[in-house]
Amino acid sequence: MRLFIAIFFMLPIAAVAHAVEIDYWQYSYKSRVDAMDRLIAAFEAENPDIKVHQTTFPYAQYRTKVAAAVSAGEGPDVVQLYYGWLDDYLNAGILKPLSEENFPAAEIEKDFFPIVHNMKADGQYFALPTAVRSLGLFWNKKLFREAGLDPDIPPKTLDELADFAKKLTKHDRAGNIIQVGITIGPIDQDHNWWREVLVRQFGGTPYNADNTKVTYDDEAGIQAFDYYAGLVTDHKVSVVDFMDKGEIAFKAGRAAIHIDGSFALSTFDRARRLDYGVAELPTYDGIKSNFASYWVNGITSKATGEKREAAEKFLKFITSEKAMQLWLDQVGELPARRAVANRPENRDNPKFGPFIRGLDYAHSTKFYSEAEQRRTVVDMLDRVVLNGMSVARSLRIAAEEDQAIIDKARMK
Amino acid sequence: MSIDKKRAVTAWCFISVPIVYFILVRFYPTLDAFSISLTDWNIVGKKTYIGFDNFVRLWHDPVFWQVLGNTFEYLLLGVPISLILSFIVAHSLDQIRFGHGVLRACYFIPFLTTAVAMAWVWRWFYQPVPVGMINLALGQMGIKQLDFLRSTTEALPAVLAPAIWAGLGFQIVIFMAGLRAIPQSYYEAAKIDGASGFRILREITLPQLRPTIVFLTVISSIGFLRIFDQVYNMTQEGEGGPLNATRPLVLHIYKAAFERFEMGMAAAQTVVLFTILLIITIIQLRVLKNG
Amino acid sequence: MAEIKAPIRPGKIIIWCLLFIGAVIMMTPIIFMFSASFKYNDEIYELALISSEPTLSNYIYLFENTEFLLWFKNSILVALASTVSVLFFDSLVGYTLAKFRFRGRKLVFIAILSTLMIPTEMLVIPWYILARDFGLLDSYIGLIFPGIMTGLGVFLMKQFFESVPDDYLDAARIDGLSEFRIFTQIAMPLVAPALSALAIFTFLGNWTAFLWPLIVTSSAELFTIPVGLSSFSGEFQSEWEMIMTGAAVATLPTLLVFLFLQRYIIRGVILGGLKG
Repeated sequence: MRLFIAIFFMLPIAAVAHAVEIDYWQYSYKSRVDAMDRLIAAFEAENPDIKVHQTTFPYAQYRTKVAAAVSAGEGPDVVQLYYGWLDDYLNAGILKPLSEENFPAAEIEKDFFPIVHNMKADGQYFALPTAVRSLGLFWNKKLFREAGLDPDIPPKTLDELADFAKKLTKHDRAGNIIQVGITIGPIDQDHNWWREVLVRQFGGTPYNADNTKVTYDDEAGIQAFDYYAGLVTDHKVSVVDFMDKGEIAFKAGRAAIHIDGSFALSTFDRARRLDYGVAELPTYDGIKSNFASYWVNGITSKATGEKREAAEKFLKFITSEKAMQLWLDQVGELPARRAVANRPENRDNPKFGPFIRGLDYAHSTKFYSEAEQRRTVVDMLDRVVLNGMSVARSLRIAAEEDQAIIDKARMK
Repeated sequence: MSIDKKRAVTAWCFISVPIVYFILVRFYPTLDAFSISLTDWNIVGKKTYIGFDNFVRLWHDPVFWQVLGNTFEYLLLGVPISLILSFIVAHSLDQIRFGHGVLRACYFIPFLTTAVAMAWVWRWFYQPVPVGMINLALGQMGIKQLDFLRSTTEALPAVLAPAIWAGLGFQIVIFMAGLRAIPQSYYEAAKIDGASGFRILREITLPQLRPTIVFLTVISSIGFLRIFDQVYNMTQEGEGGPLNATRPLVLHIYKAAFERFEMGMAAAQTVVLFTILLIITIIQLRVLKNG
Repeated sequence: MAEIKAPIRPGKIIIWCLLFIGAVIMMTPIIFMFSASFKYNDEIYELALISSEPTLSNYIYLFENTEFLLWFKNSILVALASTVSVLFFDSLVGYTLAKFRFRGRKLVFIAILSTLMIPTEMLVIPWYILARDFGLLDSYIGLIFPGIMTGLGVFLMKQFFESVPDDYLDAARIDGLSEFRIFTQIAMPLVAPALSALAIFTFLGNWTAFLWPLIVTSSAELFTIPVGLSSFSGEFQSEWEMIMTGAAVATLPTLLVFLFLQRYIIRGVILGGLKG
């Protein structure tokens, strides 16, 4: 009897004592944090011996804080990072590869969209996404109607895009633009649109096959950039960073066309009185292209022993088909597994559909330093718009800066 | 123990903790900054001693020279403008009685505001139509808008304005105290001589205010050389753009140290900042001594 | 007084009008900030100062959905703790250097004075490494430790303590008071105006400090108001009515204190400014 009582009391203690606690970090964005909370609850119900603690940081500080914390030995066990940062993290030794038994490479390549190949280094996968995002064209139906355009027909080609945008631009008495035909914001998603979509559509490639050389500094690149900058300088259908951010201008009904990622859907759905449509990106010369990006989850070098086992279990769970459907429904980000994305209810969805279809022909950039490489595009446009530099010369400078960033990163 | 000795012991007891503090939190870090400036260090890995390579790289970096240029532009615009404005206001305020307290308060209140908060207010004012107050007002008058923060030439003065605005109150109050300290008899004597207002200003007021002017020049020079809060909060993503047109030295240091974790490079730039401040302070103290 | 009887000259009226216009310009940013904080989003792009339907909804949203209250608390905590500590230690050191004769006194004074030459910007990198090595990153102590004592305060207090007559202190010694109690009970009250000046400067400096809190904190729970406002404004980019509300909340406390203590604050600023 006494033994029984002893065991009875010991059991829960033993169970608690054996609970493995792991830390999960991501940046704070309400719908993502809530969705992750639900995933964690479901995971803990399946695995009562594992506790997951979620910590979030503001987006602007997220990247540096992870680096600083891990360098101080205080970081998370499972961390969410932008795919473009992988190289930084690998160089700093923050991530450890995923085990082959839990994450067989062959299976990953069969089930996920091919863009996840970027997560492979030295034949091993280091991180996996729950969700991916691609670009799409948002258009404001009310403004289309006001401009005498059919509110249900978005521009299908780049020429139509410039043409529509002209009709959709409005000025005040002093000649200032008070409504832009299309938003221009290289600091947001435009730099991706330019690099992976426009450059390819005009017949170029942004980088060579092993991503070590900038190759957009050619005739195709000049034409692509000329088209992009021309929206501001020639067609005068936009102002760079109009109302600070394209997303804001579009939400406020002051921008008629806006190119953004699938993650913008949730923002626009919350805006009152905004009647908008989503379409695949306009083509040029019949060429389609798109840019896909994603946040991946990796396991840090801090997780060892039973924490590592728990971390792998957790990672497996949050990259499962079930988790992806939940992420799509809750956050509005596209599933990274083809099987989930291609379910008819997802692929034909009027809002998600264009993005999912875009994934079929999407590219993702191998960033060496996402922030610095993005800055080269921002400055490239500023030199033309603010200083009146020629498109070709500004492009040449940007290509040199970009190449220097790549070379510097590869030296390490 | 003699009384003197006892008191010396008491004194050392009193200042022992502060001395440890000043050594640990002021002197040691200063030496550390110098020593880090001679290394290549990304904060995680090993420090590699590289001599003066960081300084050589800075010397050959056009962006660094642009940043230094910006920093001095803040200084050379900020100090004279703020001193002249605050002197004019202080001198005028000194002459009036009606509503004196309220007017003085209006000029002083900006000094008590938080730079970060006011940076965002000004950033909002500067926006193009249909957002920014200034351009909205211009637009209503049919005048073409100004680019402000979206221009490589207008952005720096636009960022500087709130810094001048916030510091004005302090300078006015100090100037007024300086004016009050000038003996009334000087003015009376001048009046008897029939001196013009301008001559009184040139021959009595300004020479008498010399210590005040030197003090305010030192304080505001140091302030403008270290400008950071406004630039970080008023420019897109805190980059000091467009095209680095507004980026001052301190922001450059911050980016190197806490975004790219190039500690050696950043420390080298702090050494440059330290040297500049030292030289300016020495020059100004000289001027004060000669007076 | 002759001045009162003298007729008002037209020159003075012009000066007064110009000063008045200047004062309005000075207050414009603050007025528009408060005005915008009471507007709905769709009215924010209008120049009208007073909204047709003023609302508190921005403030309610701010306090219910963001961490502003927490940041507010952090700012108060950090500013108060630093001020108390600076008042105590700076006057202790200033008093000792002014009123005690001992070997090394000059050296200590010059050493502390020389710290005035070192810009904070030079120290933040070593401080950051120090904080990391002691596990103080992202903690209250990490926020506060660089400002526990200041060289300027020591210098200021030394100046003031030198004007305190030795007789007062000697009288207290004869009464048998301990040296520490002489300092706290006799000497400190005699320099109360200087203490209040130091308190004002220290509090204001810490309340508005941005660079170090930005560097040392990483989690939103530890942000001070300026850091919180900066990150909040970045996230709410272009929702100007919310940003203005945040800015108003950051500005209001010092404004209120000023309205009540205007006289003392201006006197303190002059005292601190001139002696320092």
